[in-house]
Amino acid sequence: MSTVSTVGESAPRARTTPTNDDFGGRSGGRAFKDQLARILMWGAFLIALIPLVWILGSTLLKGGHMLLEADWWGKSQAGITARREGGGAVHAIQGTLIQALVTALISVPIGVLTAVYLVEYGRGRLARVVSFMVDILTGIPSIVAGLFIYAVWVTTFGFQRLPIAVCFALTMLMIPTVVRSTEEMLKLVPNELREASYALGVPKWKTIMKIVIPTSFSGIVTGILLGLARVMGETAPLLILAPYTKVIATDLFGGLMGTLPTMINQDRDQTLQPALDRVWGAALTLILIIFLLNILGRLIGRFSKVKS
Amino acid sequence: MSSITGRSAIDELPGGDGRPPLEADRASTGRLGDRIFGGLATGSGIFVIALVTLVGVFLIAQAVPSLMNNNVNFLTSREWEPAGAEPRFGIVDLLWATVTTSLIAMVIAVPLGVAVALFITQYAPTWLSKPAAALVDLLAAVPSIVYGFWGLQVAGQYFEPVAKGVDSVLGWLPFFDYTGTPSAKSTLAFAGVILAIMILPIITAISREVFNQVPTAHKEAALALGATKWEMIRTAVLPFGKPGIISAAMLGLGRALGETLAVTILLSGLNASDAFRSTIFNGGATFASKIALAANEFDSAQKTGAYIAAGLVLFILTFIVNAAARVVIDRRKAFTE
Repeated sequence: MSTVSTVGESAPRARTTPTNDDFGGRSGGRAFKDQLARILMWGAFLIALIPLVWILGSTLLKGGHMLLEADWWGKSQAGITARREGGGAVHAIQGTLIQALVTALISVPIGVLTAVYLVEYGRGRLARVVSFMVDILTGIPSIVAGLFIYAVWVTTFGFQRLPIAVCFALTMLMIPTVVRSTEEMLKLVPNELREASYALGVPKWKTIMKIVIPTSFSGIVTGILLGLARVMGETAPLLILAPYTKVIATDLFGGLMGTLPTMINQDRDQTLQPALDRVWGAALTLILIIFLLNILGRLIGRFSKVKS
Repeated sequence: MSSITGRSAIDELPGGDGRPPLEADRASTGRLGDRIFGGLATGSGIFVIALVTLVGVFLIAQAVPSLMNNNVNFLTSREWEPAGAEPRFGIVDLLWATVTTSLIAMVIAVPLGVAVALFITQYAPTWLSKPAAALVDLLAAVPSIVYGFWGLQVAGQYFEPVAKGVDSVLGWLPFFDYTGTPSAKSTLAFAGVILAIMILPIITAISREVFNQVPTAHKEAALALGATKWEMIRTAVLPFGKPGIISAAMLGLGRALGETLAVTILLSGLNASDAFRSTIFNGGATFASKIALAANEFDSAQKTGAYIAAGLVLFILTFIVNAAARVVIDRRKAFTE
């Protein structure tokens, strides 16, 4: 605190209001560090934006024109070789959507019920273990999920590699997202609502089904859409469990099914321009679908928040 | 956003085991509907436990026979010849590539992610804060395979001068020796950079969440004592957020370890005869990319078992990292409540 005394001695005139200098001052060094930190934080944000802008820019630039062709939304890649232009991505888009839909159909009930358990029923050790396992499930790499389903489905039960097995693997990845977001929403439902319902003699399960879940419904939908967005871009389980095909295939038990990620994977090593164009086109289509789900999810979440 | 931090209703509410039981929580009437519904909910919870357990059980069960047939030590061998009558496979190279790429990703993404989170929560003007957060979140929406393809086709070429620059300054260290083969975009270093971009959103999201929870009183106290904004952050925000940052880093690490396609596309494989090189400017294969590359060739039980063994190691690694992250988060709770 020597600065205080020196300042005081060199400026003997009486002052009524203390300034920064009286307390050691905002010395040049401190102000400089503060400014430097501010610049660094802004810089970090701008740096973080570079890859986003860059990746979206290149995908749009290189794949955009593919999406403008009518064939892209109307045809499959049947009979198209890497050398030839043309064909579309209908088979892959369909495959991705079908798999996502079935994945959602399996994981939403399990995920929502698990969240209901954690919020409404769970007590003590079992609940803690469930919560911990949801965390672990969140962290399981998609390729391990794929390997696990392979180990069960193909090696143990002796089935073929089928698109339905992909749905099982994706389910493992989607459940934790659904659980966590649903849980979050259920917690926002005011206890007064539950109590009011109980007071009217409504049994617990009806209270949950008719009061708690409807109140938080939009939030749950948001979670589901975000979960879907997460699994749609997954490629690793698809490589292990569902071989790609260029033709339209909609049968989950049919053996082969094209999807957008595997369509990208199929031609990613190509050097021929028509094939590369299609890879960029597929990448852009996939990103657009995922962004759309994200935006939709966030909008639903924003416009219908549980009011607590 | 606790969907990624893994905090749960069970953890958040006070009381020895979960929230204080609401009187009406015992409103379960014991009627059929209640019993069925309660049973379903509990059953789902147990299903999740069973699922994770089964992952471990199945992977172990199918890895063990292959490991018994293995002619070299699984943990210390660099070879990977899982097929044939005399299979030889070990994980040293895979572990090296996995850990190296993930660490590079962490070195870049943790400081950057924390800085971005500080920007969003402390520096950004109010109108920018939310859109900025949403933009960074969008990075998480780009699929892994697109990152890989973009890295290879577009961004990779710009890494060449970076690699040369690092080599000319630090090339005397064995870790930073860049010889030009494989080309810079196919190296562990570049895979690490791409992984850093991919784990940036999760690190930012969790740090952001913790920084938002810093009590205003702490921050105002610091400012009232004459601290500059940066000093306030250093003395109030960062210490409070430290456990959060650590767990964010761990969860990011968990992601990076298991990230598959981006790494698969970027890394150039090594020949079995290549001598081990400790430089980050070398090719290789991570656990995940090795498995992904073989995804269409699981023709024999022996071979499949070898890859499942690699998957098992990856599962154990991510399990440990994620569990540790969870423990750190739990500690923070104990501290703040």
